[in-house]
Amino acid sequence: MNMELSRRQFLRTAGAGIAGTSLGAFGFGGVEEALADAIRPFRLTNTTEVRNTCTYCSVACGILIFSKGDLKKGEKAEITHIEGDVDHPTNRGTLCPKGAALLDIVHSKTRLQYPMMRKAGSDKFERVSWDVALDRVARVLKDDRDKNFIAKNNDGVTVNRWVTTGFLAASATTNEAAWCTYKVVRSAGMLVFDNQARV
Amino acid sequence: MTNSWTDIKNTDLVVIMGGNAAEAHPCGFKWVTEAKATRGAKLVVVDPRYTRSAAVADYYAPIRQGSDIAFLNGVINYCIQNDKVQWEYVKAFTNAAYLVKDGFGYQDGLFTGYDESKRDYNRTTWDYQIGPDGYAMVDETLQNPRCVWNLLKAHVALYTPDMVSRITGTPKDKFLKVCEMIGECASPTKTMTSMYALGWTQHSKGSQNIRTMAMLQLILGNIGVRGGGMNALRGHSNIQGLTDLGLMSNLIPGYLTLPTEREPDFPTYMASRGFKPLRPNQMSYWQNYKKFFVSFQKMMWGPAATAENNFAFEYLPKLDVPAYDVLRAFELMKQGKMNAYICQGFNPLQAFPNKAKLAEALGKLKLLVIMDPLETETARFWENHGIYNPAEPAKIQTEVIQLPTTCFAEDEGALVSSGRWLQWHWPAGSPPGEAKTDVWIMAQIHLRLKELYRKEGGAFPDALLNLQWNYKDPHEPSPEELAKEMNGYVVSDVVDPNDPTKKLLEAGKQVAGFGALRDDGSTACGCWIYSGCYTEAGNLMARRDNSDPGETGAYAKWAFSWPANRRIIYNRASADINGKPWDETRKLLWWDGARWTGYDVPDIAPTAKPQDVGPFIMNPEGVSRLFARGMMRDGPFPVHYEPFESPVANVIAPKVRGNPVARVFKDDFAQFAEVASPDFPYAATSYRLTEHFHYWTKNNHVNSVLQPEFFVEISEELAKEKGIAQGGWARVWSKRGSVFAKVYVTKRIRPMLVDGKTVHIVGIPIHWGFVGAARKGFPANQLTPFVGDANIETPEYKAFCVNIEPTTGPVA
Ligand code: SF4
Repeated sequence: MNMELSRRQFLRTAGAGIAGTSLGAFGFGGVEEALADAIRPFRLTNTTEVRNTCTYCSVACGILIFSKGDLKKGEKAEITHIEGDVDHPTNRGTLCPKGAALLDIVHSKTRLQYPMMRKAGSDKFERVSWDVALDRVARVLKDDRDKNFIAKNNDGVTVNRWVTTGFLAASATTNEAAWCTYKVVRSAGMLVFDNQARV
Repeated sequence: MTNSWTDIKNTDLVVIMGGNAAEAHPCGFKWVTEAKATRGAKLVVVDPRYTRSAAVADYYAPIRQGSDIAFLNGVINYCIQNDKVQWEYVKAFTNAAYLVKDGFGYQDGLFTGYDESKRDYNRTTWDYQIGPDGYAMVDETLQNPRCVWNLLKAHVALYTPDMVSRITGTPKDKFLKVCEMIGECASPTKTMTSMYALGWTQHSKGSQNIRTMAMLQLILGNIGVRGGGMNALRGHSNIQGLTDLGLMSNLIPGYLTLPTEREPDFPTYMASRGFKPLRPNQMSYWQNYKKFFVSFQKMMWGPAATAENNFAFEYLPKLDVPAYDVLRAFELMKQGKMNAYICQGFNPLQAFPNKAKLAEALGKLKLLVIMDPLETETARFWENHGIYNPAEPAKIQTEVIQLPTTCFAEDEGALVSSGRWLQWHWPAGSPPGEAKTDVWIMAQIHLRLKELYRKEGGAFPDALLNLQWNYKDPHEPSPEELAKEMNGYVVSDVVDPNDPTKKLLEAGKQVAGFGALRDDGSTACGCWIYSGCYTEAGNLMARRDNSDPGETGAYAKWAFSWPANRRIIYNRASADINGKPWDETRKLLWWDGARWTGYDVPDIAPTAKPQDVGPFIMNPEGVSRLFARGMMRDGPFPVHYEPFESPVANVIAPKVRGNPVARVFKDDFAQFAEVASPDFPYAATSYRLTEHFHYWTKNNHVNSVLQPEFFVEISEELAKEKGIAQGGWARVWSKRGSVFAKVYVTKRIRPMLVDGKTVHIVGIPIHWGFVGAARKGFPANQLTPFVGDANIETPEYKAFCVNIEPTTGPVA
């Protein structure tokens, strides 16, 4: 449910006064031009526009992503352009040097494509199937857990903990991915569990 | 952030200390510029470097890294001495009047109860005197010598302008000018905002850096008001969310805590939570702890969590140490005590201190699993990259599995901004190759483990087998399904006790908010503070209505803000004891005689009488704390401690090394440079550049062109002393490692005069490694010490010691 507000409505309610004030001098003044740019007809007829937010810092700037092909229709979609969301209250269409280059991180040459495995002592990664990779992960985890799980401590207190396998959680995944991760990690009794909040 | 990015436009004074918003959070910094332009707000920057934030400041004062507490205690002392105090606020909304136990004291850098062998305190005296009625004793007149205000006054008296200047290296006149500007904000109609980031957290006393500023903000009456607050500028796009959701060793979503092994059963666990009010009439919101906890257990384990089995309390692992944080994890790994490690979108080989130790530790694992959209150094720690990563693959027995994940543009869900906004986003593109979502991968791991346990049996499978997993497609739970779980729903009907024909809650319905949660198992909720984000009204995180009645900057209908869509927390404190806004032109909430009303969701019961109920409802006191009781490991008041590696001894407590209760592993202590060591005479600090984001954007062509190469930054004075030319090469080394870098000789860094001694500063940006589109370079963590903050273990990245010498370029 994307409760979008039309850009024109936005400009009436909030943006109209901006151009004439000092905001204009500090980067918000481009709102109108950005608007004109965003609705350039060829872009909207040739691409699908989707709302998203910048993946880097927690200013959480709004962005618009344009792609060829529509995921919602089950098509393959190729991202062609990313720009600031002029309707977003925080960034109002602007992006910093990191956000402005988001398209290049999506299409980075070092994006991972396939599951890979590096064997003990080897000097290279080799491509494997998802099944091989995931079965191996599950096997090692299960064996380690069965061997090292502590059901009771030395005083006979039930502690049900597993501390020989650890999990370092992400910092740019969604809440939904994080909650799913939490369920899986905690239900296994894992305690060596941390995230990137400190760095 | 207690407030939001858009609220910064309401301020009169911005203090940027412990951060560099202009370069690290540029689009948020716009709101500072906006406040300057439209309100005539002023900007003060206190930093070791003349940053781009400093370049547009109204006033800049240099400070030696690691001495912020001395500076801020000095400002508090100035405010007390010069009557720059928002008295009405301090008296009504802080614990200034509370009486502290007689046993409590402070001397020579240590509080009562220190045990050197444990590097810990017995904190029993750090508390209030409790009267016969069971409530904390207070002296409203502030005359009692044991009241918090008088203890605080005595505690900060040492930090005179001369002493501050001696410790921090900030010239006295500059320190006093900053004091004067801050002091003006004691007026009820002037507010100051504090913007900080890793420049405050990455110290062995990081939590106390922040606490000192929070105390100052309380003394000035700036918490809970528009344009005020403590505004942590979070780094990664969803690190706020990951923390809220408790993806940490000792947490349960919504800042609930896991049991320790000293709390073996449910009643014992509950006995130390759910605090009773410490003053009459107070809400003490944690009294509802059990409702949140039981609802969490019901969401995790569904029908397997029953009243009879204490809602599956036994399923939760019990801690034997305070936390298995990353530093402890790598220490255990190095000792050969860990076998498998999974890194999800995280590059610890670059991100944690002392790279050599980290690489050694990873080499002792049996299996390392990487889930990431990008190549990382961690995934290739075994690969030889010459001086940048001198590994010998044949000798490393760790198996590595690297799994490709989708990125932001290909997945769906919510991220939490610094201002606590949960903003939903939609996927725009197809993932590359065979990349999969993190949710799919986690589901696969879970389902495979479950299958193995079903087939083979094994150690305590109950919690794993009974994990509630009733998704339409068990292989890939949808973002909506997961979001609905976090919001919470009704498990079984709840009827009105006075009218059994009336249903208060109906089974299967989403709850409207955490107020509906119950402790009898009739509700389930994954993360109580997010409750209200996905209700029967739909997905509120997907809202994109940017209207802003009254132009307060609240944007109440844009996405969802936790808790309860509240935009400014503690907002009841924006009005005086009678509920009248401190500043009519900047009002937020007010008491209309019967209830609280205004522009934001009240952070108090809507009908709670202003004179009765205090604004800080999470505290059993109902007020905020100038004296932290036993809540922090290193003291109820902040003390200046030097970094573990420091160019000078601690002037106020020469015998104390570093933070006296910070955890240091034995081998790591041996790898610290001595205090004032002639071998490592320069004070180093790490920082970020505006063109780069940590170790990600070196995978990005554009950013790699903008800032292609690793460098270090030194002053003209140090360059001259060392014979290092602009753009020349140097070797920089600490007791843990060494790096080769091009040298940027700059006026942005100046030597400081600290306790009569000249201290040179070396700046080290953090962004380079051996994979990606940028030139290969050294990461800053080759140099940094393996020690964290005493309360939350954030590594001490911002203050350590190095040496430097000119050299020729490296032969890679
Ligand atoms: S565009 Fe820049 S300021 Fe905005 S969220 Fe991205 S990194 Fe942060």
